[in-house]
Amino acid sequence: MKTTGAELIITLLERQGIEIIAGIPGGASLPLYDALLRSRRIRHVLARHEQGAGFMAQGMARVTGRPQVCFATSGPGATNVLTAIADAKLDSIPLVCITGQVSTALIGTDAFQEIDTYGLSIPITKHNYLVRDAGELPRIIPEAFRIASSGRPGPVLIDVPKDVQMAEIEIESLPLPGMPEAGQAFDMDRLRAAADMIHSARRPILYVGGGILAGGAAEDLLRLAEKAFIPVAPTLLALDAIPSNHPLNLGMLGMHGARYTNYALEACDLLIVVGARFDDRATGKVEAFCPGVRIIHIDIDPSEIEKIKPASIGIVADACDALRAILPMVEARGREEWMDEIRRLRTAYPLELDGEDDPLAAYGIIRGAAACLPSDAIVTTDVGQHQMKVAQAYPFRSPRTWLTSGGLGTMGFGLPAAIGASLAAPGRIVVCFSGDGSFLMNMQELATLAEENLDVKIILLDNRSLGLVHQQQDLFYGGRFIAVNFPVKTDFAGIANCFGIPSTRLGEAGDPAAALEEALLSHGPHLIHAPVDVYDKVFPMVRPGGANSQMLTRA
Amino acid sequence: MNPMTPEPLTKMNTVLQLTVSNHPGVMSHVMGLFARRAFNVDGILCLPLPDPSRSRIWLRVCEDKRLDQVVRQVEKLADVHEVRRHPGDHPVFLSLGRFFAD
Repeated sequence: MKTTGAELIITLLERQGIEIIAGIPGGASLPLYDALLRSRRIRHVLARHEQGAGFMAQGMARVTGRPQVCFATSGPGATNVLTAIADAKLDSIPLVCITGQVSTALIGTDAFQEIDTYGLSIPITKHNYLVRDAGELPRIIPEAFRIASSGRPGPVLIDVPKDVQMAEIEIESLPLPGMPEAGQAFDMDRLRAAADMIHSARRPILYVGGGILAGGAAEDLLRLAEKAFIPVAPTLLALDAIPSNHPLNLGMLGMHGARYTNYALEACDLLIVVGARFDDRATGKVEAFCPGVRIIHIDIDPSEIEKIKPASIGIVADACDALRAILPMVEARGREEWMDEIRRLRTAYPLELDGEDDPLAAYGIIRGAAACLPSDAIVTTDVGQHQMKVAQAYPFRSPRTWLTSGGLGTMGFGLPAAIGASLAAPGRIVVCFSGDGSFLMNMQELATLAEENLDVKIILLDNRSLGLVHQQQDLFYGGRFIAVNFPVKTDFAGIANCFGIPSTRLGEAGDPAAALEEALLSHGPHLIHAPVDVYDKVFPMVRPGGANSQMLTRA
Repeated sequence: MNPMTPEPLTKMNTVLQLTVSNHPGVMSHVMGLFARRAFNVDGILCLPLPDPSRSRIWLRVCEDKRLDQVVRQVEKLADVHEVRRHPGDHPVFLSLGRFFAD
């Protein structure tokens, strides 16, 4: 079979089941796009910035759990997409990014739009390729998908020079699509020892992270928690791993966790860590995090065991496999004493959300929005105060409905990720909670949103400031504010209209709660603008570098 | 104590033997992991193996409590097939002394 490198790439992507690719073309990716034009299975979504394309692919990947694809051209196209790739690396999201590159003969000559994409992407990808011969593509493309989706998922970048895209080659047969490798066998003796440890523990806690979602282990987590009465403290990335209203859900731990959550962790005698990595935002000062407590650490990535905290028992395993295997070994137990203690902590140190009944305050808007949304609604956020408030206040109900940039904390994630989520889940409402600082970072994707006419609602909490920086300058830098406020008012509702997207000004609505509901339940894209007070902080808060037991609360 | 915190360098060395795919870029992948952690690598030796699709990289590194972690990171690289650890007095570098005299 005679084909070109570009056609072969498109054919192999079709065989991977790819239906939508987000991207922006350019000089070095013209052959790839010309081949894409002839595809009947793949639709291209034209982003307005390559970072937006990367986050759209992430949105699709976070909702489906399968690797998704974005395209960018060489040089600035590639540098623009790097942030979205780095974000996928830190949150273990399967992504395959294909970049155009100048022709092989020009590499190393500082050619127009030439950059060392391969070199730049090494530290932010799980693996990367510079394709030197079109004949390598039948190996590389399936391998990229296999690597992106096997073990701990992550992004893979494939840099394809223009001459490789144009090269005509003869291939005998097409390779099989790249699929995730089966989970590795794990040490059953250690698992048995872990089950014994769980049984003998009086005050165990499950501290669970994104690995639960990546492994599709949410149901297995619940079974274990319910069988042995083990409270669950999810990380930011795992908030949708367990329903927020489940009696065993302790809520998010860490820097902005509830006081009872962090106090419960302080009181536990066994920490069962599954698919989590002791991130500093979760643990606070690591020496003071559950000191002396026995730890069972289950993670699919061997380099995570013992990276930050030594474990009594470390098990390298997929979260789902491990939880399924340990469930029959763990004896059912009531743990009344521990449940009483958790209840006491909840009552004594509750999560206090200032203004949760006020339809014009951040927490009130979040709660109000949640009340009108169906249970399968997908929530994305940007990064900052609004993100932490949604994490604290939104009632999560099922897995893969919560898309947030955790590890890299990328402002600008929310809107393009929401577009990607909506592309992957047509028929479901996607709500993007954003702040004015974050929203300004990828606002150009309003054009993509209008063009695609997706059911994405943006709730923009506008405090005319970089709120979380403002909060830290106020709390930890003596209220010396610098480079944090936006003195000139931006008309975000008007901006949405200019892009052809209807908007609602909550601050001017006679009945803001009704206006919010009407906007959320309208069809198609909509921006809901809500002015909020810049001094309306996120509490509790652990001082950066401080111990989780030392939480600041509202004055 | 957080095992990621660098500790003062000691004079104890370890020799690492890596079997890797033989293509441009592998060295960048491996060395990047050491460089970003400011991990001292004081000897590097690399040659292709008889199987031309594979190369061997020998590294002499300072024994430091972060070594286990960085070795695990190296083992995760898709182009690294095997990592073996040897004591610092492994002859591979010792035999090179005459090329490193003033």
